[in-house]
Amino acid sequence: MCGIVGLFLKDKALEPKLGEMLSGMLGTMCGRGPDSAGFAVYGAGESDEVKLTLRAAEGYDFAGLAAKLGDGAEVLQRATHAVLTVPAADEAEVRAKLAELAPEVTVVGAGARMELYKEVGMPTDVAVRFDLAKMAGTHGIAHTRMATESAVTTNGAHPFSTGLDQCLVHNGSLSNFRTVRRNLERAGVTIQTENDSEVAAGYLTWRMKEGRSLGEALEDSLDDLDGFYTFVVGTESGFGVLRDPIACKPAVMAETDQYVAFGSEYRALAGLPGIENAKIFEPEPAKVYFWDRAAA
Amino acid sequence: MNASTQSHSFDLATAKVRDLNAALHALKEGSNASLWRVSNPRGLHALAAGLDAPVTVEIDGPVGYYCAGMNKQATVIVRGNAGVGIGENMMSGRIEVEGDASQAAGATAHGGLLFIRGQAGARCGISMKGVDIVVGGSVGHMSAFMAQAGTLTVLGDAGEALGDSIYEARLYVRGQVKSLGADCVEKEMRDEHKAQLFEKLKAAGLEGQVDPSDFKRYGSARTLYHFHVDNASAY
Repeated sequence: MCGIVGLFLKDKALEPKLGEMLSGMLGTMCGRGPDSAGFAVYGAGESDEVKLTLRAAEGYDFAGLAAKLGDGAEVLQRATHAVLTVPAADEAEVRAKLAELAPEVTVVGAGARMELYKEVGMPTDVAVRFDLAKMAGTHGIAHTRMATESAVTTNGAHPFSTGLDQCLVHNGSLSNFRTVRRNLERAGVTIQTENDSEVAAGYLTWRMKEGRSLGEALEDSLDDLDGFYTFVVGTESGFGVLRDPIACKPAVMAETDQYVAFGSEYRALAGLPGIENAKIFEPEPAKVYFWDRAAA
Repeated sequence: MNASTQSHSFDLATAKVRDLNAALHALKEGSNASLWRVSNPRGLHALAAGLDAPVTVEIDGPVGYYCAGMNKQATVIVRGNAGVGIGENMMSGRIEVEGDASQAAGATAHGGLLFIRGQAGARCGISMKGVDIVVGGSVGHMSAFMAQAGTLTVLGDAGEALGDSIYEARLYVRGQVKSLGADCVEKEMRDEHKAQLFEKLKAAGLEGQVDPSDFKRYGSARTLYHFHVDNASAY
C-alpha cells in the first residue's frame, strides 16, 4: 500500500502552519503504511548555506559531534536526526570530515531549505518525535510505508533525497529498478540503499543533472521506469506529481487559492481549511503535474 | 414523503462507521425507518455497504472506498465525490453520486442503477454483470473491461481500451472513444437500442435533456468466446 501526502502553500499566511497541516494529513494515512514514516519540509534557509540533515543511532551525542567539527559548527537536534548548517562552499569539505570523524552518522538529505526526517514506527509517533506539527515552511511531502521491495528499516523509509533540495516519495513498486540502478551507477550516480524508490529518486536527479527540468525528468521516467508508481517529488521551488500509465496507485488532489494538496485518499485532505470549496480531482495517468513557487 | 416515514440522522464526526452500518443492517423488510441522513463522511470507507432494505441513505459529503458496496434495494445518495469501488457488486437499488467517482465504479455489479453525475475514473463497470451505469461526464481507461451484462451509458467521452475483452453488455457513448479494447466494436444503433437507452436515461432522470440519437453503441464482436484452434501451437 503506502500512503503519500503533500502540501504546497500559495498563501504565505499559512506557512507557520505547514507542519501542523502536514502532520494531520500524515496521521490519516497510518493505515496505509504503519511500518515507518518520513517527511521533508522546505522551511527557512539561505542560498549561500546548506542544511545537512544527519541521522544517527538513538542517544547519539550530536553536540559532541559539533565540537569535533569545530569552526563553531552548530547542530539543531530532533530525536535521532540533527540539522547541521554550513556555508555552501564548504559542503564537500564538511561531508568529508563527517565521513572521517563520524562514520556512524548518515547524511539523509541536504539543501538550502529542505530538512528530511524518517524513522520506523507508527507515522503519528514519528511525526511527534520530530515535532513536525511545529515546523514552518512553504511546502512539504510525507510518506507512510508498508514495505514491499526491501526491509522495514530507517534506510528503507521515504522520502529519498539524491540531490540538493530534492526528494521523492513513492507508492508502488518498480520492476526494472535493478537495471536502472546499474545504468545510473555507470553514469556516476550512487544509490545507497537496496530500495527501488531510491532508484527513482536517483534517476530524476541524474536527468536534472543532465539539464532537464523536473517536469521533463518526470516525462523521461515514463519511458525508463517500469512498474507501478505514484510519485510526489519536492524541489526547492515546488512539487511535482506523476502516476504510472495505468494509474495503479491512488491519488487525490485538492486546489484552492491557498494551497495545493495531495493525498493517497481523500481522507488525508478532509481536515484542510476550505476543503468544502476546493477543486478536487484525481491526477490523470501518465500526466506530469507541477506546482512552482515562482509561478504560484 | 408519507406520514409513516421515519427520519434518522447520523453524524460521523462523533459516531463510528460500524455503528452506522450496524444500524442500517438491522433494518428489516417493511420497516418504515426509511430516510437516513449521514453527515461528516470525510472520505471514510465502506459507508452504507451491504444494505438490504428499501431505505434511502443521504450522505452529505465525499465518501471513501466501496461506499454502498453489495447494495440491495436501498437508495444511496452521495452529495460529493466517491472513492474507489462505489457500488461494487451491487445487486439492486439505486446509487447516485453528485460529484465524481474514482476507479472501478460499479465493479462486478449485478443489478440496480448507478448514476454518477460527474466523471468516473478508470475501469468503470469492470466485470459488470447486469447493472445499469449512467455517467454524466466521461469515463477513464479500461471501462467495461470484461463486461458480461448490463448497460454503461456515458454522456461524455471514454478513455483508452473501452470494453476490452467484453463478453456482452451494451455500451452507449455520446462523446469520443479514445480507443476500443480487444473484441469491442461499434455496433448499429437500432430503434430498440434507442428505446433501451431512453429508458436508462429516464431512470437517471435525464430524459429530455439528452438525445439518444447522439450516442454510438459498442459491444462484443464475440470472437473471443471460444478457443481458436489457430492458437493451439501456443501451448
